[in-house]
Amino acid sequence: MDYTVIIGLEVHVQLQTNTKLFCGCSTKFNPDHPNTQTCPVCLGLPGALPVLNREAFHLGMKTGMAINCEIPSFTKWDRKQYYYPDLPKAYQISQFDLPMSQNGWLEIEIDPETRQKKKVGIIRAHLEEDAGKNSHDESGRGQDSKVDLNRCGTPLIEIVSEPDLRSAQEARTYLEELKLLLTYIDVSDCNMQEGSLRCDANVNLHVHKENGETIPTPIVEIKNLNSFRGVEQAIEYEVQRQWNEWQETGLSLKDVPKETRGWDADRGVTLEQRGKEDAADYRYFPDPDLAPVTVTNAERERVFKELCERPAERRARLEERYQLSVYDAAVIIDQGVDFADYFEAVAESSENGKQAANWITQDVLRELKEREMEIAEFPIKPDVLAAILQKVKANEITNNSARTVFQELLNNSKDVPRIEQIQQIIEEKGLGIVSDTGELDAIIQAVVDKNAKAVADFQSGKQAAVGALIGQVMRDIKGADPKMVRQLLIEKMS
Amino acid sequence: MSTQLPEDDVLKVASLSRLKLSETEVNALGKQMGSVLKYIAMLDELDTESIEPMAHAIEISNVFREDQLQESLPRDKALSNAPQTDGNYFLVPAIL
Repeated sequence: MDYTVIIGLEVHVQLQTNTKLFCGCSTKFNPDHPNTQTCPVCLGLPGALPVLNREAFHLGMKTGMAINCEIPSFTKWDRKQYYYPDLPKAYQISQFDLPMSQNGWLEIEIDPETRQKKKVGIIRAHLEEDAGKNSHDESGRGQDSKVDLNRCGTPLIEIVSEPDLRSAQEARTYLEELKLLLTYIDVSDCNMQEGSLRCDANVNLHVHKENGETIPTPIVEIKNLNSFRGVEQAIEYEVQRQWNEWQETGLSLKDVPKETRGWDADRGVTLEQRGKEDAADYRYFPDPDLAPVTVTNAERERVFKELCERPAERRARLEERYQLSVYDAAVIIDQGVDFADYFEAVAESSENGKQAANWITQDVLRELKEREMEIAEFPIKPDVLAAILQKVKANEITNNSARTVFQELLNNSKDVPRIEQIQQIIEEKGLGIVSDTGELDAIIQAVVDKNAKAVADFQSGKQAAVGALIGQVMRDIKGADPKMVRQLLIEKMS
Repeated sequence: MSTQLPEDDVLKVASLSRLKLSETEVNALGKQMGSVLKYIAMLDELDTESIEPMAHAIEISNVFREDQLQESLPRDKALSNAPQTDGNYFLVPAIL
């Protein structure tokens, strides 16, 4: 007997607007100043009238299109009723039967070896307002809970996938790809620490019995997943827990209603949150305070044109155009739009994509990490790096000397490094490849004369002896190309 | 036809509204809600076969505001109607 894991994700993403979905309060993340970004609308005071934020709807359309959804020509707002202290109106303005986008998909790579891809279906993506933030007494003495309503009313888009994901790893990959996409199209910063991207996972198993029957186990919704690792671990835990439970009880989806469990990251377990018996009853109905929205073809086309090249498309194009490995293309794309732009600028003007990729994924990325810097702040601009790489390509300096130039520009430039400095550094440090073979020849001859034993060793077949001699030559003449030195030494000794 | 709403339904609605009702109240509300529903049920007599469902009572759409900051309430104003605060937060009985 075995089983298939069935996972669907509900992802909430905060859209980057200045103001809330239905009022002009700021959406700034501001936990140190609680309850300073509220007004009668987001506090749910009687008589307040919500009015839709045009930009939030626009970003919602952009998001829907990026995940290949259709944007219906008519959408409306509904009230979802529930009582919780972070929701002062006792209902959330959301979208029920007529969401603003639906029937899309997102492609993910499910096997890095074979590069097998899979389209994960997206049922819908709708706009809704966020709730406030509760903080609970941690002392265990049952003190009052505190409520901060700064976040209440912030625009979210909820993206609901089909139950197409088949492992914790796939769920994580989907979430990572979604995050990358949404930051690429610039609709959200997807900052998980600040709660701009949150995820719930619906998980169950399809148990395959020996008699050929397939039995679905009860569906569990795992809440409170606020890191990629958390998503993966919580699903892994839940799969094992459901498998154990099924073996003990044999209960199927028909016997037990959907259960809600919370992920406890510290203990690494999921815990029952809402009792199975009081299933949520949200009593959705159309919000009479808000007018429906209609979307024309012209508007759809206008928003579609704003979409930039999406990460999956760009990854494929980098591989193709610059002959990059899958790995290098992925590293570059994963760093975000600015980083990929930087790479392309260097690759285009140095006319060597592979070399640019090596430098940018290694040297540049390492410096950024050490300096905790974004690529936009990096002092060596693409044209300067390209100029260094061109010198390597033209055989004027070695790749190692190029690193010295790079470091020198980075560490000892008062202003933004300029292309002219490259030649200065090469000259000051004597990094130019010595093409005057006369000078090189004399030094090689001197080294050979001084090291009779090493020469004899080499001649008796010990190839390794050549290494020590190359070292000596390189010490005596700066900027020699080690490959050329090696070749000349061997010629001289043979 | 009795217009009394069954007790179970009254208790369900009360529980969803976080209301605790006495037995007398359950009985009285059952009668009242039943008669409200009966009154509303008169609409069923209308033939709506060929009528498009409405999403809104007024025929209006696309009411937007621009994404521009408006001044928020000062914190003391925001908290002023709350039964309990600590001057920074709304305070509510411990929740888990």
